[in-house]
Amino acid sequence: MSTVLRHLGVSLFDSFRDLLPIIAVIAFFQLAVLRQPLPDFVDLLIGTLMVVIGLSLFVYGLKVGLFPIGEAMAYDFARKGSVVWLLLFAFALGFGTTVAEPALIAVAAEAGEIARAGGIIEDSDDAEQGYATGLRYTVALSVGIAIVLGVIRIIKGWPVQYLIIGGYIGVVIMTGFAPPEIIGIAYDSGGVTTSTITVPLVTALGVGLASSIAGRNPMVDGFGLIAFASLTPMIFVMGYGMLV
Amino acid sequence: MNSLHSFLDILLATVWDVLPIVLILFGFRFLVLRRPLPNPGAVASGFIAVLLGLAFFLQGLEQALFPIGKLMAQQLTNMEFLGIAADQATEWRHYGWVYVFAAAIGFATTIAEPSLIAVAIKANQVSAGGVGTWGLRVAVAIGVAIGIALGTFRIVTGTPLHWYIISGYIVVIVQTLFAPRSIIALAYDSGGVTTSTVTVPLVAALGLGLASSVPGRSPLLDGFGLIAFASLFPIITVMGYAQIAEWMSKRGQRNTNE
Repeated sequence: MSTVLRHLGVSLFDSFRDLLPIIAVIAFFQLAVLRQPLPDFVDLLIGTLMVVIGLSLFVYGLKVGLFPIGEAMAYDFARKGSVVWLLLFAFALGFGTTVAEPALIAVAAEAGEIARAGGIIEDSDDAEQGYATGLRYTVALSVGIAIVLGVIRIIKGWPVQYLIIGGYIGVVIMTGFAPPEIIGIAYDSGGVTTSTITVPLVTALGVGLASSIAGRNPMVDGFGLIAFASLTPMIFVMGYGMLV
Repeated sequence: MNSLHSFLDILLATVWDVLPIVLILFGFRFLVLRRPLPNPGAVASGFIAVLLGLAFFLQGLEQALFPIGKLMAQQLTNMEFLGIAADQATEWRHYGWVYVFAAAIGFATTIAEPSLIAVAIKANQVSAGGVGTWGLRVAVAIGVAIGIALGTFRIVTGTPLHWYIISGYIVVIVQTLFAPRSIIALAYDSGGVTTSTVTVPLVAALGLGLASSVPGRSPLLDGFGLIAFASLFPIITVMGYAQIAEWMSKRGQRNTNE
């Protein structure tokens, strides 16, 4: 018990240190540049305290919960030796964690608004909603495919850069054909898909797979899943913009 | 009382977000792999800690940092603050404080980003200490700072987004040819992890504020794109970090040999 408390104490301190830059930036701009007093100091203090506690709990949970389970899944799939089930799991993880991602829902809603304002779709709430939902499923599908591709790459030991550079070429070609209204959203959708819980799980899965397959190096082959998951949505969203 | 209520709301929303992940994990674990959980007590307490941690984290951000950060983004992009007269033609030079704020807030929010902390911990373990957790995080944060500052410059000048992104890709490809092989996958990953819980809301507020205050820009069309910048530039800085580290260790070796 006392070691748990000591760990929590250390991680509380670490979290506070992680937060210091934000506090410094906000204080400097508020007091020195905008020259305004800090509003509601007590609220600010309580909020900051909650962020510190939250970050510490998260990092603790990461180490005892998310990382071990992600790795255990990887080891056991490698032992079972069934590639089909592993790929199915990879797809489910990518699709399932993205489709309900709040940041994606927000971006999709905005995209619906843009499409309506730009006259791409009919001027009705139904059409706007339908467009947003379609976009959401498109992105979730693309993340599922990305994780599957990434896992195949780890199994085969392909160098990550060929696939990523191929993806870049795909993005550039699609940019030439996609309607200009969708390009900004498409580029942004790559960054918003990977949530705070998905990242540790997917990272642990990749590293676990690379360490349990003979001939793979966890550093060279284990990372890269997130990179695929942030690249494919750009291509798929531009494709969606061209088709709809 | 009010904040307790909103805390419960956020906790519920977090549980709802995590539910599909838990279902997928345990569904495959018990039905396909047919293996028990390793150390079930620890895993359960870990998941509860993650849920509570995220709820506290989001509630604290909503209560303290987001309101003031968003307000500042609005105030800083205000024409009056920037000292631009309504009839004056906009010039990119007038927006100096905006670029400084963009870089500073991009750096600071990235340091606090939980998913980046996760990847940094893992990279440190896997490389047996070769990749420092702080080295990686600072390298990523510098990348985000450059990216967001450049992104605000793009909104002010109204130049097309894809020019910047495509040039960034070319830099990434050239760097890939020369960077140490072991860092490449990690560098590509660091682009995607930088932009989540903390960075996205503040950066989106900045982009929206800027696009609605600069004459001739539409928030709907020009407000987007900052996230794309923030996910591209860390790839460049992380590979750069590895290249510099490699160069320094080579030079160090040479010095001790002499």
